[in-house]
Amino acid sequence: MSVRFVFKTSYDQDLGIFRDDVQRNWYLALLVGLLVLPLLIPAYVVDVSLVFIYGLCGLSLMVLAGYTGLVSLGHAAFLGIGAYTHVYVVHDLGLPWVVGVALACVVTAAVGVLVGLPALRMTGVYLSIATLAFALIIQEALTRWERVTGGLKGKAVEKPVVFGVHLGGDTAFYFLCLAFLIAGLWLTGNLLRAPTGRAWVAIRDSEIAAQSMGVNLAVYKTSAFAYSAALMGVAGALFAHKIGFLAPDIFTVLLSIQFLLMVVVGGLGSLHGALFGAVFVALLPVAISQARDSIPVWLSAIASPFGKEAGAATFLAVDQFVKKPGLEPGLFGVILVLFILFEPLGIYGRWRKIQLYFSTFPLYKRATFRRQKTYMRSERLR
Amino acid sequence: MSLFAADGLVMDFGGLRAVDGVSFQIEPGEVFTIIGPNGAGKTTIFNLVSRIYEPTAGRLIFDGEDITRVPPHEVARRGIARTFQNIELFEHATVLQNLLLGRHAHKRSRFVEELLFLPSVRALELEHREAVERVIDFLDLQPHRDNLVVNLAYGVRKVVEMARALCTRPRLLLLDEPSSGLSVEETEDMAFWIQDIRTVLGVTVLMVEHDMSLVSSVSDRVLAVNYGRPIALGTAREVQEHPDVIKAYLGG
Amino acid sequence: MLNGLAVGCIYGLVALGFVLIYKATELVNFAQGDLLMLGAFTCYMFVVWYGVGYWVAFALAVALVALFGAVLDATILRRIIGQPQFSVVMLTIGLGAIFRSFASIAWGSEIYTLPTPFSARATRLAGVAVSHEYVSIIIGTVVLCAVLYAFFTFTRIGLAMQASSQNQLAAYYMGIPVKLMFSLIWAISAGVAAIAGVLLAPVSLIDINLGFIGLKAFAAAVLGGFGSIPGALVGGITIGLIELFSGAYLPQGFKDVAAYVVLLVVLAVRPQGMFGAITRKKV
Repeated sequence: MSVRFVFKTSYDQDLGIFRDDVQRNWYLALLVGLLVLPLLIPAYVVDVSLVFIYGLCGLSLMVLAGYTGLVSLGHAAFLGIGAYTHVYVVHDLGLPWVVGVALACVVTAAVGVLVGLPALRMTGVYLSIATLAFALIIQEALTRWERVTGGLKGKAVEKPVVFGVHLGGDTAFYFLCLAFLIAGLWLTGNLLRAPTGRAWVAIRDSEIAAQSMGVNLAVYKTSAFAYSAALMGVAGALFAHKIGFLAPDIFTVLLSIQFLLMVVVGGLGSLHGALFGAVFVALLPVAISQARDSIPVWLSAIASPFGKEAGAATFLAVDQFVKKPGLEPGLFGVILVLFILFEPLGIYGRWRKIQLYFSTFPLYKRATFRRQKTYMRSERLR
Repeated sequence: MSLFAADGLVMDFGGLRAVDGVSFQIEPGEVFTIIGPNGAGKTTIFNLVSRIYEPTAGRLIFDGEDITRVPPHEVARRGIARTFQNIELFEHATVLQNLLLGRHAHKRSRFVEELLFLPSVRALELEHREAVERVIDFLDLQPHRDNLVVNLAYGVRKVVEMARALCTRPRLLLLDEPSSGLSVEETEDMAFWIQDIRTVLGVTVLMVEHDMSLVSSVSDRVLAVNYGRPIALGTAREVQEHPDVIKAYLGG
Repeated sequence: MLNGLAVGCIYGLVALGFVLIYKATELVNFAQGDLLMLGAFTCYMFVVWYGVGYWVAFALAVALVALFGAVLDATILRRIIGQPQFSVVMLTIGLGAIFRSFASIAWGSEIYTLPTPFSARATRLAGVAVSHEYVSIIIGTVVLCAVLYAFFTFTRIGLAMQASSQNQLAAYYMGIPVKLMFSLIWAISAGVAAIAGVLLAPVSLIDINLGFIGLKAFAAAVLGGFGSIPGALVGGITIGLIELFSGAYLPQGFKDVAAYVVLLVVLAVRPQGMFGAITRKKV
């Protein structure tokens, strides 16, 4: 593999969504792959649809946390608001599906602005705490406002009917989610290569410098919140159809944390990262449930040379252990801790390192990505 | 008529009066420098001019308009840009992205247009890019264009920060200790650039500086402050020889 | 009234744990509530499973959790000092999830009650039945605060801790083992959480979600200015009383969110809290 140079002959080239034609062709290949995927693995179509929905959630949080530097611990609440708005509009008011999605988008964006405005005065961890409190309040509101939400009894969601077409099948829903994800990626990519995206990144890295360069902090922080919330609202509408049943205890703090896990594991500050993270978080439970069945079998196979009883006992013990209900969130926690400690750049960062390793072989320096050791730098004065 | 005037600036931090009745005028096209011992209130004056601090009393007049109550992000649009003593660049962005943010004051595209990246947005982006490239050529930053700021040497970062300020097309450029942390050679380069900015681009410069060689080589007029009060005003040589200034520096 | 005061004391103690760690290391420990949960479970385990006396179990639980806090600092948290706040938040959230998972595997996800010497006893005081459990919480809080105050003001180690939290580098140059101090602060903070857990256990019930009380304690810490130890306690008691009154006078559901509403209002109106000071970045 050799070093690939990109020759640039006009400024226009830097404005494209893709770095060069090679990259664009890879993405086209990926798209074709995704289009034929339902034919290849029909059993997993539902799981992959969830990847697409989570991809939208990842984009949403990536804009807010990864690009603007505002860490929200309450994004599940936006997902919930989007989901309930959509279902209320479509089922209870009987309006068309598209109107439902549009209103889900508008309502969550409006709530995003409402949350964003007081957030202007907060920095760093205070903002995280405030969004957490907001999410807990919303969860309680969803429980209590029974006329609209159905309260704890929950609310059944029917299959989507888009422009009069019933999308009852899993495959149809798969393509619906894919279409929304691609649209979301395109719109977000557009914003990020335009002045708005630059202003967001500027706020993340130095508020005071951004302000001195003419960035109105209030406007851009609020717009980041609104845009992020709107994406979450659309994801919520799709999510409602995916799970088929809404209840307030779906949109918990734990779900918010899973979304954050997505951006951390994927890699902060890149759209690729949001998608990597979505794949990871959406498919991990699938992998875990597979592992739950297979690990006891493997381990008992390892133990069986020591006698039939040992094998059976191992099987029983391990089986009992892996089926404990508390294991899954703990595993998420372990993954989160390991990533923060050892790969803060996330999967995308690791991917870039591997790319660089091969393209500069044998001249790769480990130190290229080494984090600088610093003394405690006060963030109180941000 | 002067380009900028500060009129009786006062700034209190709790009980401490950091700036106490400072007035000065900056004429168009000059390099005006504020000097003074550590803690004399130089940077506070700077933060007042760029509207980061709210003055306790006094007025700021830029280009005949009172900007004392203008919000800080509006200042850039009016034509005042600044650098920072300890460099406030966007570290996890490339040099090019940093400079493009300098064009933010000239943003004309709307949110929805950007969302769809309409041809008009593309045209504006190209315009911004050309403006940035002119600054890159002016300050010889071509080799660093696509580097992340975190990977740059300190001296280069100082230049990048100045370039970012120039990208806003300022009429008044505020430089907060442009030589701090630079080697002797880099400081000399900085002196040339400041002169070029004044003569080639015609930008008026207000500077806070410690390094007297840089001060005397580029400044038209120098204001010395101590304990928040102005003590001398004149050419670099006049101020340096002023008895109050000598006393302030030697702590007499 | 006493009820709200006692619950407020618990919030205050958890908030105290936040503040201690925040002041020393500028980390916000989102796993504080889960440390409380571990403390309660450990005490329960000693009392009910192994038949240890209440007071011995209390001491053992606090000591174990404190030791755990120190080990946690030495092995994991020290690595990320100086990293962005975001990493810290995520790290402690991850740790909290691990603790909860550990508790559910070790002790099961059932709900337990902790028998204590003061269970179900009450004294009539001025015609009002005063439950001993609540009194024990209040007395415990007062004693603990007095001890902590004395420790930080009068002992060498306490002063050294204060010094290292104010200026890490300077403290290091003065020969204070800063790393050890941080571990000690984590130990104290975890110990305080464990004490809160054991005190809370008789009036609440022990289950793996006990740690969510930590979220309400955030409200207390923020109300108190997140950096002020008396502020944390006052904030905690205020939140406890607000909850009590909103439960009594407002429609159902408000009691559970009252703390969060207060938190949001405080952050929006006075982000530095009641006792905090405004600081801003120098440029």
